[in-house]
Amino acid sequence: MGVKGLGELERSIMDVIWAQPSAVTAREVGRLIADRDLAPTTVMTVLDRLTRKGFLIRSRDGRAWRYEPAESRDAYIAELMLEALDLTGDRSAALTRFAQAVSGPEAEILRRALTELEEE
Amino acid sequence: MITAAALAFLASVCAVGAWRLTRARWTYRAPHVAIVLWQALGVTWGLAGTGTLLAYALEPYGAGVLGGLRVFAASALSGGYGPPGPYDLPRIFALIAGLTALTVLIVVLLTAGVQTFRARRRHRTLLALISSDDPEVPGVRVVDHPAAAAYCVPGLRSQVVISRGTLKLLSPAELTAVLAHEAAHVRERHDLVLLPFAALRRALPWSRTVEDAQREVGLLVEMAADDAARRYCSPRRLATALLRFGTAGAIPTPHGALGATAGATAAVMARVERLVTPGPRLPRRVRYGIVTFSMALTASAPLLWVMPH
Repeated sequence: MGVKGLGELERSIMDVIWAQPSAVTAREVGRLIADRDLAPTTVMTVLDRLTRKGFLIRSRDGRAWRYEPAESRDAYIAELMLEALDLTGDRSAALTRFAQAVSGPEAEILRRALTELEEE
Repeated sequence: MITAAALAFLASVCAVGAWRLTRARWTYRAPHVAIVLWQALGVTWGLAGTGTLLAYALEPYGAGVLGGLRVFAASALSGGYGPPGPYDLPRIFALIAGLTALTVLIVVLLTAGVQTFRARRRHRTLLALISSDDPEVPGVRVVDHPAAAAYCVPGLRSQVVISRGTLKLLSPAELTAVLAHEAAHVRERHDLVLLPFAALRRALPWSRTVEDAQREVGLLVEMAADDAARRYCSPRRLATALLRFGTAGAIPTPHGALGATAGATAAVMARVERLVTPGPRLPRRVRYGIVTFSMALTASAPLLWVMPH
């Protein structure tokens, strides 16, 4: 597996699968990240982990499993950003955020203050 | 009766104190100190409020609150004898109310803790899958999204995260300021300060004072991080970063979630104001006075709980 950790490997494999138009087998995944010197069992292990965590869905295809992403990459990014921008409305204290964006006339107040500060 | 009266007095002092503190502005001149006072008020209010009911209910045992609870539990378990004195209806109601309130407070706090922990774990797992490193900001996770976001996922291994949009929006000096601000959140574990207030808000969603308190503590925590950050960056750049963030444009909210809350602008302006033209710090004497008072307050309720009478 080299110096790169399991997390790094999970990410590379998700990237490979996200880039495919349809479900792929472990062998295909192994071939698509061929630049890495990966044992087929390692690929299987990571695919299994990702399936158990709910990021991949697998289905039988003859004697092999085919894997496809449970959600698109963009869907996960959107989920992260909703929490990051405190738009989930659950008022939790899970993250500490730098500042919130405001809109409309409120934003105009801030924009004026910014112009003033930059001109000084 | 004296213990119950003292606890009732203490609870009212805390309630009035919290109400006054939500309107106080000296807090902006010493956010760290104000946070300590808020925590003392919160803990004492909870213990004194429930303690009042229990002290009254368990008075016939003549063993104080904690001792009374122990005797009560023992007699309930052994299914036997009651207290030596008469046990009237008001005391039974007080006992039920006190135990219920205490349980609700503890359960709400634990639930909030568990939910927060789970939300963070999920967030961290997703980050591991989709965020990337950027040579421009070593050690910081970058999420590929055009909106402006900078935050930290607290925990034993805290992570600072920014969006691609943030990298585009801010100048290098402003970015340094934002990262210094987030590093302060991590270092001072501000998430632990916020947790009980968020939990209390869920337990008492109708209370205006609790709502104000949560918002106020949230703002103070940001100011505390601003103060810590200004030692490592230009406060002016931190201020312009704040304003740039505020005007970056909110992303459209899906399925009717709450957008930017009212008062967000006022909060940003208050932070900018004190970064650009810092007022005089609260005198050292006053700061130490408030911290000492907070410590005494925090000790008072537990003392009254263990007092035998």
